[in-house]
Amino acid sequence: MTGRMVNISKKWGFHGVEALKDASPGYKMVMGFFVLLTLAGLAVGLHALFVGYHHVYGVTRQISWGIMISAYIFCVVTSTGLCIVSSIGHVFGGEAFMPIAKRAVFMSIIFMFGGFCIIFFDIENPFRMAIWNVFSPNFASNMWWMGTLYGAYLVFMVIEYYFLLDQNHTLSRLMGFFGLVVGIAAHSNLGAVFGMLHGRPFWYGPYLPIYFIFSAAMSGGCAILFFTTLGWKINPEIMNQRMERAVKAVTQITIFLISVIIFFTIWKILTGMVSEGKQLVLMSLLTGSYAVNFWVFEIFLGMFLPLYLLIRSKGNNFNLILWATGLMMIGIFFMRYDIVVPGQMESVYHSLGVVEEANLLTYTPTFHEIMGSLFGIGFIGLAYFAGEKMLNGHQLEEHEIVPEGGYICPGCGAIHFMEEGETEEDAMKRHHRIW
Amino acid sequence: MKFPKINLDKLKNEGTGSVTAQERRKFLKLGLTVAGVYAGGKILSLTSAISTVHASGGGADFIKKYPYNPHYSMIIRQSLCIDCEKCVDACNSTNQVPEPNYRTRILTKKYTGKLDKQVEFIPVLCNQCNNAPCVRACPTRATYKDPVTGIVRMESKKCIGCKTCMLACPYDARYFSVERRAVDKCDFCWEKRLSKGEKQTGCSAACPTGSRTFGNLTDPENIVYKLIHQLEEQVWVIRPADDTKPNVFYMKGNMRSVENILNEQKFKYFDPNIKS
Repeated sequence: MTGRMVNISKKWGFHGVEALKDASPGYKMVMGFFVLLTLAGLAVGLHALFVGYHHVYGVTRQISWGIMISAYIFCVVTSTGLCIVSSIGHVFGGEAFMPIAKRAVFMSIIFMFGGFCIIFFDIENPFRMAIWNVFSPNFASNMWWMGTLYGAYLVFMVIEYYFLLDQNHTLSRLMGFFGLVVGIAAHSNLGAVFGMLHGRPFWYGPYLPIYFIFSAAMSGGCAILFFTTLGWKINPEIMNQRMERAVKAVTQITIFLISVIIFFTIWKILTGMVSEGKQLVLMSLLTGSYAVNFWVFEIFLGMFLPLYLLIRSKGNNFNLILWATGLMMIGIFFMRYDIVVPGQMESVYHSLGVVEEANLLTYTPTFHEIMGSLFGIGFIGLAYFAGEKMLNGHQLEEHEIVPEGGYICPGCGAIHFMEEGETEEDAMKRHHRIW
Repeated sequence: MKFPKINLDKLKNEGTGSVTAQERRKFLKLGLTVAGVYAGGKILSLTSAISTVHASGGGADFIKKYPYNPHYSMIIRQSLCIDCEKCVDACNSTNQVPEPNYRTRILTKKYTGKLDKQVEFIPVLCNQCNNAPCVRACPTRATYKDPVTGIVRMESKKCIGCKTCMLACPYDARYFSVERRAVDKCDFCWEKRLSKGEKQTGCSAACPTGSRTFGNLTDPENIVYKLIHQLEEQVWVIRPADDTKPNVFYMKGNMRSVENILNEQKFKYFDPNIKS
């Protein structure tokens, strides 16, 4: 019995809580910080729940989605993106992408939970959602599809992660495929939650569902690079030739995806400038109260600086990649905020030319909203740092310990076993179903 | 192929006497549709209001094509509103809507360089749209179109508070009610008045000038029916481009023309039987 337990934990690369105890004091301090952040966020969130959101949140009747929805979107976009980019490897058989799969799927699940933490404190009656989502579904509602599909997505990702740990590549691949399909459906529905609101010209149209998918892929590439290079800082041993090749491949695809998003952004601005409904909001992004958000964070930190730094890094300079993607994560958060809040700034009665709605509406996040968002972010940070230690840097096993008949897969870095008369290459193809 | 030669100069003028009233009416409608009439900042003709808002033609089919019976709707005669806010107070007390929330409000539009007036008041409320964006957006069907009356109502216990409906509404008609722990909205006073047999909403009963007129659009004897099914006065809806098919209509509503409409005075130049 005991032997089997040890075997499974070894097979899964599970180092247990012991690994946390052995961590350096600095590491413990970082983890302590995230523990405090999560607890503080939880406490403030519960306080808001207790006194009533309307007393402590900055959202209003007309701007009813604020920083918490932006943070939720940031989390689920990143989660979907991690799934999309990692699927290139373990679903579609792109060998270079295989080594990142375990960390990416783990973080994808964590980001999803982080998003749920935030939305819990934003939705007024979260407990009713569980009941009426099932008993009174509205199949015409994007919100219903988004919630339901994200639920299914999370289930698929958890099962996929289990099979990844268990090195059952056939089933992990199948689950990964379902997860990807459902994830993309869920995520484009999130775009459609905004894109199908007639009364909001800044959002309305097919742009957002499409943009959200590409934007997610970009965020996913960024997040994989950030968390892998950060993992390398924590434990340089995780970097081996296969991982280096994977980081290089992800860097290349991220550079491509940033370019795609730049292209999307240019056309959003150019087409919006000739639209009566969008122009006012766009001008506030370009020259008005959201200009710093837009130019400094979204454009500079989110796109141009990482584009330049990633190209400079050539995919080899991990320090540079860490800085580029770390700053890019901040930029991406503002990218989400710049979709959610400005879209509501123009009152629905503005076009009527009435005195009451002559000016753009304003919104400032409150302390409670920021802390509620940090609850999710803190949880993600905590889970990441715990995961790096407890899951041994997402390596499968110590590389020295290769059991008899096994070998280290050049694709995914896991230990595979050859069948009789099989070469290593054949075994890898069999494991990963590559024809 | 040969074309007969027609000498237009030598043809005799038939005059307008031989054109039936129906023909004239059709022609006028066509003109209004094609040209549109500038009203309230939106180009929208009456015919386009009726045909695009309810996608139905004229005459008896018109009544059949209203999807609800009674089809409650409101017509707001903008020129009569004096911004006394009695409607807002009546609404708040009838439906227990505490500050700072509101189900209806009055917007102010100011003009410069106009000879007749400098200010106009526009009462706004839930438009009880036939194609309601809030109903489509709600994930749990907590908000729904009443199959009998067409009123957009709330089933508060199902509301999860995601606030998508508040953003979906192009009329800013929804708000989160802490007291009900659900999003709340105007229900044409269904719960407090109409379901108890009253014929008027709180706001329309409180309106001292008749600016807010509430009624049944399927009843040809009803004032709302008469005010909407006429050509003399321009009728429009707010934000027609959102294609919500609203049931709150707007008109300038100056007293003389409305009197003509309600007294069913026929315009003699349209009546072929009256020879002048």
